Amino acid sequence: MSVVAATRRRVATLDRRTVAGAFFAALGALDILGFGLGAHAGDAVFRFSVGGESAHVPDLSLPAGTTAIVLGSLSVALGALYAGWQLGRTARRVVIAAVMALFILALLCWVDAGNSPLNIVGLLQSSLTRSIPLVLGAMSGLLGERAAVINIAIEGQLLIGAFAAAVAASAAGMLWLGLISGSLAGGLIGVLLAVFAIRYLVDQIVLGVVLNVFVLGLTGYLYDRALVPYQTTLNSPGVYGTIRVPGLADIPIIGPIFFDSNVFLYITYAVLLLVQVGVFHTRWGLRVRAVGEHPVAAETVGIRVIYTRYRQLVLGGLIAGIGGAYLTIGSVGAFGKGMSSGQGYIALAAMIFGRWTPFGAVGAALLFGFASALQNILSILGAPIPSDILLMTPYLVVILVVAGLVGRVRMPAADGKPYIKS
Amino acid sequence: MKLELRGITKRFGPLVANDHIDLTVEASQVHALLGENGAGKTTLMNQLYGLQHPDEGQILLDGRPVSFSRPADAIAAGIGMVHQHFMLVPVFTVAENVTLGVEPVHRFAGLLDRRRARREVHRLSQEYHLDVDPDAIVETLPVGLQQRVEIIKVLLRRANLLILDEPTAVLTPGETEELFAIMRSLKASGHSIVFITHKLKEVQAIADTVTVLRAGRVVGSLPPTAKDEELASMMVGHSVELTVSKQPATPGEVVLAVDDLVIEGKEGTRAVDGVSFELRAGEILGVAGVQGNGQTELCEALMGLRHVGAGSVRVSGRDLTNARTREVLHAGVGYIPEDRQGDGLVGDFTVAENLVLDTYDRPPYSRAFSLALGTVERSARKFVAEFDVRAQSADELVRTLSGGNQQKVILARELSRPLALLIASQPTRGLDIGSVEYMHRRIVEERDKGTAVLIVSSELDEIYALADRIVVMFEGRIVGVRTPAVSRAELGLLMAGADTGTAAGAAAP
Repeated sequence: MSVVAATRRRVATLDRRTVAGAFFAALGALDILGFGLGAHAGDAVFRFSVGGESAHVPDLSLPAGTTAIVLGSLSVALGALYAGWQLGRTARRVVIAAVMALFILALLCWVDAGNSPLNIVGLLQSSLTRSIPLVLGAMSGLLGERAAVINIAIEGQLLIGAFAAAVAASAAGMLWLGLISGSLAGGLIGVLLAVFAIRYLVDQIVLGVVLNVFVLGLTGYLYDRALVPYQTTLNSPGVYGTIRVPGLADIPIIGPIFFDSNVFLYITYAVLLLVQVGVFHTRWGLRVRAVGEHPVAAETVGIRVIYTRYRQLVLGGLIAGIGGAYLTIGSVGAFGKGMSSGQGYIALAAMIFGRWTPFGAVGAALLFGFASALQNILSILGAPIPSDILLMTPYLVVILVVAGLVGRVRMPAADGKPYIKS
Repeated sequence: MKLELRGITKRFGPLVANDHIDLTVEASQVHALLGENGAGKTTLMNQLYGLQHPDEGQILLDGRPVSFSRPADAIAAGIGMVHQHFMLVPVFTVAENVTLGVEPVHRFAGLLDRRRARREVHRLSQEYHLDVDPDAIVETLPVGLQQRVEIIKVLLRRANLLILDEPTAVLTPGETEELFAIMRSLKASGHSIVFITHKLKEVQAIADTVTVLRAGRVVGSLPPTAKDEELASMMVGHSVELTVSKQPATPGEVVLAVDDLVIEGKEGTRAVDGVSFELRAGEILGVAGVQGNGQTELCEALMGLRHVGAGSVRVSGRDLTNARTREVLHAGVGYIPEDRQGDGLVGDFTVAENLVLDTYDRPPYSRAFSLALGTVERSARKFVAEFDVRAQSADELVRTLSGGNQQKVILARELSRPLALLIASQPTRGLDIGSVEYMHRRIVEERDKGTAVLIVSSELDEIYALADRIVVMFEGRIVGVRTPAVSRAELGLLMAGADTGTAAGAAAP
């Protein structure tokens, strides 16, 4: 039987390879036919500076049609390579990443042909900042699920964080108080989630959704009743200014993207690093993972399963709350009804696409952030096709990436199962 | 380390799982705790390990009273437990599993010191000849090695007293021998071992002292040299006949006639390939054979659970070839499937519900449009009492019962209606002595009532204990028909497919 299964698996892999290769080639064909032959006259100009850097990078000007054809041909070749050769894991990933990059470049050439210069650094900068709440939300989900509690309430944690941050920062006139309040508010949702999921064994999916609806209703109500009438005192928190990291911010291209942002981006770096190292390289993380995989085994070696789960959920809530605070005091500068607009769910998706690993989740979050930034740029440039259509492509690619690249996704074995102490 | 338990009592509701248990384990000794499933062995050890808390009584280590509220306390006191179901995280490495809870860390920032963890595992593995690779992922290891990982885990915590909860249940005979060697070397290095089991042969092979538990009480201590019968009767509470006494069969009419039966197997092979036999009322036909030689398929085909490719099945003269299962049941065929949890019971149903799984659609359990729940309830209580099912009530979920009690529920259900034919596949697999004896006795009684009985078993002991006639299956065919006087050697050869020169074929008495 195992022989049969093995054979079937091999067939499946072969099919998957062919399909993926064909898909890449099709994308290449789209580059050539759509973006290359269908290009407007004129060059696509890409700008690589936002101004203020000490070293200036010159603009890159490309003939739009020809470039798209070249990029498309490369894609077709890579597709053939992918389908025809048995590539290693790393090589496969490189090919997929390359095809995606080529497609996006071709798309940008087509959109920008004969248009005003497209600022690549600005696009990437915006991708990165847009992914901040996604990354922080994904970390919240990850901390919970590594201890086997599913956290659907990330959305609610973001929203309440945004609300609390705006109100506290406006009322007190101090941004840092908003940051802390946002974090604590997220933590509070974590506490609610923990109490109902762990103590009262409520179904975790239903519970999470209920909490989200609860926060949506609560903040919406308070917004109408308090924030609108008292806008100046309760909903004008201001926004954190940017902090340039001395030295690093002056590096061309990289500097403005990674080291010239407000405090939230640096907090995100720190959280990411702490979670990655914490989960995989410390005693703390090993125990958390044991609780998520086999809670009874953890209990028998003296690890407190229930306590660990409470702690993880609260910790996650605190982190997601910071992500929420970013939405108001890190970005927009005022609370708006339902302003998290599904980003909590996208954060959850990012964590799953990232296979329950911090860096994986960041990769996925960046992809979503990029998609969102691209949509913005496209609508500004006035792309000749509906931006909604173009926007489906990154998600399609994500599905393909997950299907073809990530392989077997393995969640923590006890994920979502309540632990009942005998 | 010397362990004393004094008057340990543990109750679960009305059930007294441990009733004033006194037990002394001397240092450097293997102390066997013998008892049937449900006798309270595991409960007792869980209290010793801090997983449960005694309602009364005292635990003393080297004369000092101790009290454990968590496993960590027991670990700190030098007690280690190897659970029946391994407490290992499948996706972790051996070293991670072993050090979990006592992880070595670098002084800097609490990072895991993987090198030291690996070294520790390696050292213990060498010291006790355990031969385990610290970097292996646990789920890739065979069961025997996983058990050694558990032992290393316990040793790393400097346990002086090891509790092994039914450690041989999952092992092959070879692995059991290796485990015994490990236990001897542990004993030689000064460890005490509490060895929980219900297998008499193992007690005799390894234990220094035996304490027998029954229904939550200590019923006695014996030296391991005690005879099988002595240990078994103490464990079960009455004298046990390890071989069932039965009168010679008085075969009557032909009840089951199987003619040239062919059942398709995987990928065009034949799982059953031209099998013919007859089975008469009041006799037991034992089907011997190594598992996987078509016995499962044969039973399922007889029950209408599997398609018959060719040939015929007749029960009491009625043609039931490829009949629907309900027709087969209504023809008076009872079935004890080999996978009792998968095919025999619905784990999340109550005992009462499981007892009417094949009769719920007929009176007295069914009225015009609804179930007669009162009748279901009443008859369930009756069966629970009659078949001595150890359940807190008939409303308990079947999943929570022990294997022996689950099998009793199936037996009660099948024997609750008049049968012409009883098919029992591996009826006593995994059961303790008391339950085995009980099952065998009831099966023989059923035969004596005039039912034809088909027993499929890969245990020769069981075939000898029950069968009036023996057929041997090999690769989907019947390769021999014998009387119970046949030697084990000859049966063994037949089961291995050796040609003994005797014609195989239709099995007439």
